[in-house]
Amino acid sequence: MPPAPEAATGLPRRAVLYGGAALTAGLLIGIELPWGAARADEAVPAGKRFNAFIHIAPDDRVTFTLPAVEMGQGVYTSQAQCIAEELDVALDAVIAAHAPPDQANYGSPVFVVQATGGSTTTMAWSGPLRKAGATARAMLVAAAAARWRVDAGSLTTESGVIAHGPSGRSIRYGEVADAASRLSPPTEIKLKEPAQFRLIGKPMHRIDTPDKAAGKTVYGIDRMLPGMKFATLMASPVLGGKVGSVDQSKALAVPGVAQVVVLDDLVAVVAGNTWTAMQGLNALAIEWAPGTNAGLDQAQLWTNLEKASLGPGVVAKRQGDAPAKLRDGDVFEESYELPYLAHAPMEMTNCTVHVHDGGCEVWTGTQVPGFAQTGAAKALGIAPEKVTINNHMIGGGFGRRLEVDGVIKAVRIAAHVDGPVKVTWSREEDIRQQLYRPLYHERLKARVENGRIIAWHHRVTGGSVMAHWLPPAFKDGIDSDAVDGATEVPYAVGDRLVEYIRHESAVPVAFWRGVGPNGSIFAMECFLDLIASKTGVDPLAFRRGMLDGTPRALGVLNLAADKAGWGTAAPPSPFGTRRGRGIALMNAFGSFLAAVADVAVSDAGDVRVTRLVIAADVGKVVNPDILEAQIQGGAVFGLSAVLFGKISFAGGQVEQGNFNDYRILRIDEMPAIEVHVVPSTADFGGIGEPGTVVTQPAIANAVFAATGVQLTRMPIDRALIAKGA
Amino acid sequence: MDLKINGANHQVDVPDDMPLLWVIRDVLGMTGTKFGCGIAQCGACTVHVDGIAIRSCQLPVGTVGGRAITTIEGIGDTSAGAKIQKAWIELEVIQCGYCQPGQIMSAAALLAANPQPDDDAIDAAMAGNLCRCGTYVRIREGIKHAARA
Repeated sequence: MPPAPEAATGLPRRAVLYGGAALTAGLLIGIELPWGAARADEAVPAGKRFNAFIHIAPDDRVTFTLPAVEMGQGVYTSQAQCIAEELDVALDAVIAAHAPPDQANYGSPVFVVQATGGSTTTMAWSGPLRKAGATARAMLVAAAAARWRVDAGSLTTESGVIAHGPSGRSIRYGEVADAASRLSPPTEIKLKEPAQFRLIGKPMHRIDTPDKAAGKTVYGIDRMLPGMKFATLMASPVLGGKVGSVDQSKALAVPGVAQVVVLDDLVAVVAGNTWTAMQGLNALAIEWAPGTNAGLDQAQLWTNLEKASLGPGVVAKRQGDAPAKLRDGDVFEESYELPYLAHAPMEMTNCTVHVHDGGCEVWTGTQVPGFAQTGAAKALGIAPEKVTINNHMIGGGFGRRLEVDGVIKAVRIAAHVDGPVKVTWSREEDIRQQLYRPLYHERLKARVENGRIIAWHHRVTGGSVMAHWLPPAFKDGIDSDAVDGATEVPYAVGDRLVEYIRHESAVPVAFWRGVGPNGSIFAMECFLDLIASKTGVDPLAFRRGMLDGTPRALGVLNLAADKAGWGTAAPPSPFGTRRGRGIALMNAFGSFLAAVADVAVSDAGDVRVTRLVIAADVGKVVNPDILEAQIQGGAVFGLSAVLFGKISFAGGQVEQGNFNDYRILRIDEMPAIEVHVVPSTADFGGIGEPGTVVTQPAIANAVFAATGVQLTRMPIDRALIAKGA
Repeated sequence: MDLKINGANHQVDVPDDMPLLWVIRDVLGMTGTKFGCGIAQCGACTVHVDGIAIRSCQLPVGTVGGRAITTIEGIGDTSAGAKIQKAWIELEVIQCGYCQPGQIMSAAALLAANPQPDDDAIDAAMAGNLCRCGTYVRIREGIKHAARA
């Protein structure tokens, strides 16, 4: 594996992965599978480890150590399907475990660092995991062949059993695991042909579902340890403020409160249970020193961003001379603005820590176990090897757990606590003290000639996540994520200029489900509808005319339109008399999706999405049922964002705090969602995020169709589309 | 104070005003019931008290008395609960799963009271349970699937 400095090449690789079949194949071949260097995982039963991913016990129990973490997106199952397919074991016989921090073995082929995100798991890991399974199978077969003194080619495998047809003999994997693990791995491995697949491409049941349905799954927040204490915390309500003074006596007077921990930027109360800790925190009168951000105000944040967007920007893509062509002719221009957003996973930030004997043990759910380890080590001033990370099932990630601020705060608190302590944030603390989806300003300009776009300018302005998350990947002033979805577009739009302007405020930013394309594709798709409207053409026909070069894009667009009945009116709804239908297309994460949304708008300007039809071509598929679930769920995430999603600042403080004012869609507000998948043999595309990306502009365009008003700042502002507004 | 949870008696020494959620989770260590908002907005903490779905984060333990508490750990022993859990598995309703104990408790209470709920009944019973993964399509299908079982 490459040494750390080569992490600089990590993110461009992501672009390479999205780029095409040949490049992807080359990348995966280039990954060296680790042999013999795996760490023993204490949870694994006695037996033999074949490689970083596979362990087989004498009693035939097969344990897979999975590099990508499970946070609902189904990768525990899809990764296990890939290994089990080639290893020839039954999926329900597999024990799955999260990988420990170990970049050499579990670093993402896309990011280099150990991270689960960006809809990359299947494209990154399906190849290496299949190869690992096939390699272990070959070693098991070789061991059986040696024992029986027969040719390995005469042996077959199924469900963890090796059989020799001519003699009728059979032997279980567990019986030869010891001998097999001593063999050298074969240098050449042949993977199964798709026609031989028993698991890949099949809607296998998820391996994590039964425990979750029974309430048995232990998330980080559920971890209980002997002698554990419980804590909760509060940081300065004004962003970046410090603790001024605090009278601890009021908290200590609450029965059951054990301790108050006062750090420079936060106060934590430690007690015998979480509720008592919360009571103690509520009893405290903390005086904060608000610092320099007390004047931070949302209107000013928007204005500063818009000013920054006037440019000039750093060129992310140049084709021809768009600025010259945009000087005259029929030129259209519009800007679209996206708000700060909180992730608000149902499991709020939490982390259990035991600092002792010069080391530190951590129990949490994280998308980045390596960052958690180094973050904890740095906070304590100890070596990373002194920090153990016990990862857990995550109760919703969406990017929140790509950050380790919760781990670091818990470790800093735990350093003052005797024994293990579980730090649980309140929902309000989680909404107000996290890192947010960046505020984006997307400025677009296009020239139309004879019904076609002949020049295109897209300038993305916003805070950079990459700059802090993976600094080497923020290269030449360009955040590759922020312009993802803008630099490569499915449409033929003539000469193109795509620019990026990094504009930071005091607000910390993070990846959020859908990442950069949430902004870039939202803006592009809304802008196309604006041009279609102003030039009097049908939005679908307008798009079709620009897709000659991308048949997969045209395919999903046509499929969604056909299934939705494009050309007919959106059906009546009791919710509102104004009705509209909108369409949007997305190509990002290596996938193509199109969505058609029907909306009804009330006289007061409330919007109800009544139907959502989504067509997807995501290339090959490991598990079609999980694919459908991810598109459904991703769409709901997008629905919440468009209809309600907004984090805003006043006086340096986040104005929202819980689900009453940071709204999430409820079941009684749900549209019917139809998902249509195009069978494809193209390379694996990502699927965790596209549903979120494509849904938002489809809804915005439907609202435009229903009201004649194109909203340019999200979320939907009902006052602007109230009747007579 | 004595609590009857999933048919078993538990003695706990806690203040009357402590919400049932935290007694169940932190004092008794039954962690299937989840903390999601603390203000009865999300439903992750839903349990049954005498068969009625209640948000345990807002229920002072001192008000429960001798009434029967059922949590996700015990709901499989009821007919409606077992049907819902089976439907949840068969239709693969669950994603991250964190909200699902609450979803299952609300759905089981609905099914026990209304064996053939229509969409409006499902909306009314389930609107208090948030799911950030967006499993609502399958929650609706799952309840109907369980009703047919």
